Amino acid sequence: MASTVIPANRAPAPTPKLNYLNNGHTLKSWLLTTDHKRIAVLYLISVTAFFFLGGFFAMLIRLELLTPQGDLMQADTYNKVFTMHGIIMVFFFLIPVVPAVLGNFLVPLMIGAKDLAFPRINLLSWYLYIIGGILISHVMLTGGVDTGWTFYTPFSTEYTNTKIVEAGLAVFIAGFSSIFTGLNFIVTIHRMRAPGLTWDRLPLFIWSNYATSLVMVLGTPVVAITIVLVAVERLFHLGIFDPRLGGDPLLFQHLFWFYSHPAVYIMILPSMGVVSELIACFARKRVFGYKFVALSSVAIAVFGFLVWAHHMFVAGISLYAAMIFSFLSFSVGVPSAVKVFNWTATLYKGSISYATPMLYAFGFIGLFTMGGLTGLMLATIGIDVHVTDTYFVVAHFHYVMVGGVLMGYLGGMHFWWPKITGRMYPEAWAKLSALLVFVGFNLTFFPQFILGYVGMPRRYWQYPPEFQALNVLSTAGASILAAGYLLPMIYFVWSLRYGKIAGANPWHAAGLEWKTTSPPPTFNFDETPVVTWEAYNYDEIPPWERRAPVAR
Amino acid sequence: MHDSQSTTGPATTMEHEAHNPALRHHFADAQQQKNAASLGMWLFLVTEIMFFGGMFCAYLVYRLAHFNAFAAGSQQLNIWMGATNTAVLIVSSVTVVLAVKAAEAGKRKVLVGYLVVTVLLGMTFLVIKGFEYREKFEKHHVPGPTFNFTDKFDDNGKQIPVNPKEAELFFSLYFAMTGMHALHMIIGCGLFTVLAVLAWKGHYNPGYFTPIENAGLYWHLVDIIWIYLFPLLYLISRHS
Repeated sequence: MASTVIPANRAPAPTPKLNYLNNGHTLKSWLLTTDHKRIAVLYLISVTAFFFLGGFFAMLIRLELLTPQGDLMQADTYNKVFTMHGIIMVFFFLIPVVPAVLGNFLVPLMIGAKDLAFPRINLLSWYLYIIGGILISHVMLTGGVDTGWTFYTPFSTEYTNTKIVEAGLAVFIAGFSSIFTGLNFIVTIHRMRAPGLTWDRLPLFIWSNYATSLVMVLGTPVVAITIVLVAVERLFHLGIFDPRLGGDPLLFQHLFWFYSHPAVYIMILPSMGVVSELIACFARKRVFGYKFVALSSVAIAVFGFLVWAHHMFVAGISLYAAMIFSFLSFSVGVPSAVKVFNWTATLYKGSISYATPMLYAFGFIGLFTMGGLTGLMLATIGIDVHVTDTYFVVAHFHYVMVGGVLMGYLGGMHFWWPKITGRMYPEAWAKLSALLVFVGFNLTFFPQFILGYVGMPRRYWQYPPEFQALNVLSTAGASILAAGYLLPMIYFVWSLRYGKIAGANPWHAAGLEWKTTSPPPTFNFDETPVVTWEAYNYDEIPPWERRAPVAR
Repeated sequence: MHDSQSTTGPATTMEHEAHNPALRHHFADAQQQKNAASLGMWLFLVTEIMFFGGMFCAYLVYRLAHFNAFAAGSQQLNIWMGATNTAVLIVSSVTVVLAVKAAEAGKRKVLVGYLVVTVLLGMTFLVIKGFEYREKFEKHHVPGPTFNFTDKFDDNGKQIPVNPKEAELFFSLYFAMTGMHALHMIIGCGLFTVLAVLAWKGHYNPGYFTPIENAGLYWHLVDIIWIYLFPLLYLISRHS
């Protein structure tokens, strides 16, 4: 194998004419591509579409809750609206978003590979995602589902007349898309690393995607078989989860949460990886306690499999089991806290620049900490019994899912946008949108903590009038949040044509992905790189590049 | 597809491999490709274990909850058909191993022969399974409106108190588990049929037979799942 050593921080040659974006212009060259970067772009377009679809349902929810009485829609419609919001956001946005878009694009680049190990399976996983997405859209247009995204039995198997089997099939198919992505990542990270890129030199984004992939591969098949059993029970009237026929609805909840709790780590872990990259780059320092941060991702993946029954404290599990699951849920807090403390320690004496991606990283740390700490409150059995199925829980997981996952994703999108497109986004607008997202988010969801604590239950279309003031705040915040999300849509598209040419490494960042051109050529690197340095070797950067340049 | 690129590729990294048409462009060499494919297959098998694991979990939970019904249901299964099928599958695993050996040695006709025998054995299994399902149908042991469970006596003529609803649950799980297993058998037979055709056309040689190996791994896993299903469903409630 002929390869050359590229010095750690040397800028590569100027942009060549042919890159992955202009290597083929036909629709076919996109729809049949096996290039991981093009598949990432396909995913980017499709998850964005589903994000705005899920967001549309969120707006309907917030509009209905503006007033105490049910005036915009009836109870049945409201049930379907929050169910579609949940299914679309969880299965078609949050789970695929960071691994399938940023991960697909970056994993091979960051490890110096030409592509993922199985490019055709990668394309297949996008098609599975799209088939699942079409199916769920079909369900949405022909009657919807009203069980909530959790499909709890026996309501889902016995009583509801809505399209459970079709929605389940959609989730099942989308699940295989995520299994294939995880499998591809694990094999790629094991087998395709550039010479010299040992495990302790891997970027933390790779570590977190590796841990995520483990959860995808181990967890998703379980929810797949659970959905099959629900569908079979519904179609053939078996009694697997029906207590009248000897079945046990709690078994459904166990099987469902065995996947669906780890699934929240599928969502948050890749974003944590993004934040590690952002903090290192914009503080110009190696991430403090690199090994601990790397292994904490794996620890979260492992512990994440042992905590599922904290969703079931009031479902009738034994107190003994509940105490064990409560304790184990607390223990997940340890690796999560390792990350937060180490990011903070990385900032200490760092040379910090406040570019937009860094603003999102700061937002992530604050909001994820809020979400995580309220998670500990919910892991405490006494508090959980008090606030189960209230807006407190809703606020908690939105702080992690939206405040965490989405902040990390947007930070990553801004950070790698120049790599993906070769163009810079407009910095001032981006800062404005980061501000809108942060303010809007807190205004939307902080009042929900209070609402939940004083007793407003989730999943109702009406509420007592005394809750109105906080609900109005929440809806107002949601409007600001929506503006904050629409703005990047506009300026990202604008920047495709009018953005400043980025160059290979606009942030003077470490990492192999910055050592190739922007946008990268189809095979990523002209010569396979040989890695002789640790990740985040910002110490070796010349003094005049000590602060990350912030674009105007 | 990037057919034009996959054949031309960047010459710097793979000129000495350029003669191997099975090597895909993004791998450095054939060994890396083989290792990647093998690891990928093992991971896929892990997902299969987790997939079946959900049903095994349900089976164990309900067996503990409704022991009598599960024991009585179990005794209605046809142990001879089950045992024959177990033997058929074990033999088919041997033929798969022999097929891989033949591929390694580059014996094309032997390879095709073993693949065909494997498919035939798989089909034998499915036919016997079909007869078993027919028997269940005739005895009204298929869950649903026609389900009827009157045989409440064990092999020694001792009466077992059984709630028919719980027995129905046993047969629900029986059909779910063996049905999902049979689906995997059908997929495996299709897979080996395709591989036999490709092998006949000479796609594989001692330097490249990864698909045969990986399909073999899949077949072994499907066998192993049966090796667990057989005692759990047919045997463990029969001791007297």
